[in-house]
Formats: sequence, C-alpha cells, structure tokens
Amino acid sequence: MHDVDVLLVEDNPDDAVLVIRELKKNHLGNKVIHLPDGAEALDFIFSRGKYSDRKIEDRPKLILLDLKMPKVDGLQVLRAIRADERTKYIPVVLMTSSREERDIVESYSLGVNAYVVKPVNFDAFSKAVSDLGMFWILVNETPK
Amino acid sequence: MHFKDRPIQNKLMRVMLFTSGAVLLLTCVAYFTYEYYSFRQATAQQLSTLGKIIAANSTAALAFQSKADADEILAALSAEPHIIAACLYDKDGNLFAQYPADLPKEAFPPVSSKKGYHFESQHLSGYQPVLQGDKQLGTLFLRSDIEAMYERFKLYGSIALLVIVLSFVLVYFLSRLLQRSITKPILSLAQTAQAITYRQDYSVRAQKMSRDELGMLTDAFNQMLNQIQIQTHEIHLFNQKLEQSIADRTAELEIANKELESFSYSVSHDLRAPLRSIDGYSRIMLEDYGDKLDDNGRRTLNVIIKNALRMGTLIDDLLAFSRLGKQNVTKVNLDMNFLTATVVEELKVQYNREAEMRIGPLLDVEGDSSMIKQVMTNLISNALKYSMKKEKPVVEIGSFEENGNHVYYVKDNGAGFDMQYYDKLFGVFQRLHSTHEFEGTGVGLALVHRIVARHGGKIWAEGVVDVGATFYFALPTEKIASIPSNT
Repeated sequence: MHDVDVLLVEDNPDDAVLVIRELKKNHLGNKVIHLPDGAEALDFIFSRGKYSDRKIEDRPKLILLDLKMPKVDGLQVLRAIRADERTKYIPVVLMTSSREERDIVESYSLGVNAYVVKPVNFDAFSKAVSDLGMFWILVNETPK
Repeated sequence: MHFKDRPIQNKLMRVMLFTSGAVLLLTCVAYFTYEYYSFRQATAQQLSTLGKIIAANSTAALAFQSKADADEILAALSAEPHIIAACLYDKDGNLFAQYPADLPKEAFPPVSSKKGYHFESQHLSGYQPVLQGDKQLGTLFLRSDIEAMYERFKLYGSIALLVIVLSFVLVYFLSRLLQRSITKPILSLAQTAQAITYRQDYSVRAQKMSRDELGMLTDAFNQMLNQIQIQTHEIHLFNQKLEQSIADRTAELEIANKELESFSYSVSHDLRAPLRSIDGYSRIMLEDYGDKLDDNGRRTLNVIIKNALRMGTLIDDLLAFSRLGKQNVTKVNLDMNFLTATVVEELKVQYNREAEMRIGPLLDVEGDSSMIKQVMTNLISNALKYSMKKEKPVVEIGSFEENGNHVYYVKDNGAGFDMQYYDKLFGVFQRLHSTHEFEGTGVGLALVHRIVARHGGKIWAEGVVDVGATFYFALPTEKIASIPSNT
C-alpha cells in the first residue's frame, strides 16, 4: 500500500548519494525518494504544489530528515508533520552533523523517533544508515 | 555601675552634689571649731569674774571666822544654775563653808595652790585665793558644769544638718535645671549620631544650640556629615557607572558568546559534511574501482581517508574544548581511587596491557565528576601512549596534600619532553611530538589545563627527554567561590 518506503530530505547531494547507496546495498532502496529541501518535502508530504496528485494517505514508511537545510529546516518540517492528524504517526529520524545539545532536546520535544549524528567515518555512517533502514522499514509497525 | 559609665546627667548631678557637700562640710567644721574655742574662753572668763566677786565678799566672813556669813554668801550662788559646787577653805586648807549644803565633804577636792580655771571631762573648775591686802585668808573653790556649751553645740549641729539637707535639695533642683544647658546639646548630638548610624541617612544634621565648645563640636560633626554625604554620593555615582559599564560589557560578552556559539555550531555542522564526502567517496572509489587501481593508487586513497578522519577528530576535540567553557562545574565529593580505577580499566584495553600500573592510595576531593574523569583519562592515556615504546612501561599514579590542596600526579617512564618547550605544553594544538611518532591532536592537555583552572586548581609538569614525564594537578580542598562559566 506504500508507494514510498523512504523519504530522504537532504540538501547535500553528496550525502544523499551515500545514504541511497547504503540503503540499496541492504535492498531497502527500491522505493526511495530524495528531496533537496524542507519546502519541497512539505509539498510532498501534504500533497501540495507539484505533488497535488499524490494522496496524503500514502504515507512513507520512514522520513530521514536533515536538520540544517535552506528555506525550511528539519525541525520545521518535523513540527508540521507532528501537528497534522494524518501524518503525525510517520516515523521521523533526524540525521545531522550537529551534536548540539539544544538541537537534540528540541527534536525530542517535537516528537522525533530518533536522532542520529552523521559520523565523518564512512564505515560508521553506512552502518548507521543500514541499521536505521532495517529497523524502521522492516521491523517497526506503525498505526494504519 | 562604674562612675565613668553613668549617663552624663547623673555624672553632672553627682559632681555638683559632691562639690557643694564638701564645701558645706568644710564651712561647718571651721565654724564649729571657732565656736568651741570662743565659748570655752567666754565660760572660763565668766566663772573667773564670779569667783573674784565671791572671794571679795567672803573676806569679812573668813576674817571673823563667821560660818553663817560664809554660808549665806555661797547660797547666793543658787542664782547661777550652772554652779554645781562651791566651797571656802580657811588659811590652813580646812573646809570652812560649802555649797550646796547637803553635798558630802568628800565631793570637794583638797585645797590646791593651783590657780586659774581648767576644764575637766564634765566640768569647769578652779581655785580663787581670798585676800585681805597681801594676806591670804583662805581659798574659794568653784565648779561649773558645761551643759550649756553642749546644748549650744547641739543646737548648732541641728541647724548645720538642716542647712546641709536644704542645700542638697536646692543643689539637686538647681543642678537639674542648669545641667540641661550642657547635657541637652550633648544628648541631641548623641541621638543624631545614633540615628545616622541606624538609618544610614547622612542628610540628617545636628542642631546647634550654643556657641561654646559644644557648638563647635556640633559644627564639626555636621561638617563631617557633609563630607560623608558628598563622598557617599560620589561612591553611589561611581557604582552606577561601574554597574552600567558592567552591564555594557556583559551585553558585549553575550553577543560575542552568541557569535562564538553560532561559529562552533557552524563548525560542527558544516566542516564535517565535506569531510564525510571526502571519506565516503574515497571509500566508494576503493570499493567500486579498487581492482582497477595499482597499490600506489590505493595507498593514496587510504592517505586521503586517514587524514579526513584525523580532521574529524580535530574538529570534535576542538568542539569539546570550546563546549567546556560553557559547561557549569558541579562539585561533588569524588572517590578518586574508584574514579582512577575505572579510567585505568578502560584505557588498558585501548593501550598497552603490558604496562605496569602503580596506583597509590588517592585522597578524595571535591570536583565535577565527568570533568575530573576527563582529566585523569587524558593524563593516564598520555602516560600510556608515550611510554608504550619502552621495553618495560611503568605508569605511577599518586597523591599528597600540600598547602590545603590535594595534589595528584601521573608519572611515566616514556618519551618525556624538553623543559625548554614547557610553555607550549598546555597550549591548544601545541604538540611536542610529531603525529608520525605519537598520535594526537594537541587538545588533550589544553583541555586538562582548562578543567583544572575551572576548579580553581593548578597544573604543572616535569619532564626529561627519553626518561619520562610527571604531570601534577592540585585541587583546592576547601569550598571556593564557583568560577564564572566564561573562562
């Protein structure tokens, strides 16, 4: 029933490629959509603008959200998702380079499902991505 | 209560009463003395005159040996009530006639050639020769009591006492009335001073009541108050200025701090992203095209990856160092033996299991648990790191007390350092060994230095190249004011 498994919102195309590569390696990347900023992500999630044909009910199984993005940042996207009845149960994982305490606190107060610091080390990074994908797409169950 | 501690009113009253009392007493004593002697003289004179008259009258009676006449003459003495005894002796000294007639003969003393009158304890008595021409016919004896004198003295005494009492009453009321002109200004001055001390209000002024020394004192006091008021005002203005400049500085500092925070935020986010790409894509290159590269190509890619990771560590260390400035020091009592044992356990796995660890009993201390643990971790890991190339690495950890501080040391027999470069030891990104020799970013000791400083402590080191190094840090044992967070 999902036409999208993972929605990846990431402004850095280089990082996006690394994430998608890892997901594909673990056979999780068949239905991955990558969007470059928060504004477009909101359009997609709430079926607006060029995504108005899409049904809101076709929720992605997992949203991987970068924290720091131009125009609309990750925390704003998260706030919008949690504020709407139709989208509030979608698992959202924030992926960021920042280890700042205030970002972590604010993310959790907004109801994030996980907060992952992107390591510089590629091995650690790829393990983090594959673990995340495995758990949230294959293991986790969300309300229908 | 001691005299000098009594209130000034009471003191003045006492002084006046004492002075007037002393003067009155002296006057009375002088008067009494004078009266005593003049009265004695007058009484003796009177008795002598009476004696002469009676003696003259008795000449005939004695000449004719007429006892009846003699008795009659003596009986006339009853008109003078003070005469208590009188008698006539004939020329042989025998008692011839006596007064009063019923007095026993033994009451009269034998005749004496002693002339004149003298005072005995209760009486005044004396002998008067009875003469006819040059011939002594007999002797007259007279005795008078001196009751009158005592009565007079009693009267004088009563009057003197009355005068003294009245004077005391008068002095009391007068002094009460008069002392006010002295005590009132003093009391008002004292009250003003007290009010100022109590309320800290230097605008109050003492009222000047006279132009004497007290008036001068009041003037001087008021002038002093003027100066205090001016100075207080200046201090107040200065404080306001100071507070304003502190507030300005604080605002500036806050802005600078915010900028620094956003700077470190950007560093942590933006500097790491390109590193991840360098590392990530180099690995993709190795994974996807590794077989198409020769050894040299693969080695080159590995160097790129290694340096990207090293840069990542540098950024992380630097961020940890800058975060430390913002973190608050939460002091608790630390069991340094337990803390050190934990650190050593963790590090031995990472470094050299063969190193000999000599850990002496360590003193407890007050400190931030995670920060002090960081200090111990950095010092011990340094000791293990720099001694691992030795054949028999030995690391010694101990503590002692010095000047109210607890001093801890970590000693190794490793590479040591040249004391010539001591001033670079605790600087950020300062290293005394190349990365090629020993791994490291040059942040560890700077971090340790900062933590110890935040605890109000001190850190120092001794080293000899190729012999070893000892790092000491001293933490204060008594509670000290917490250090502001922006150090």
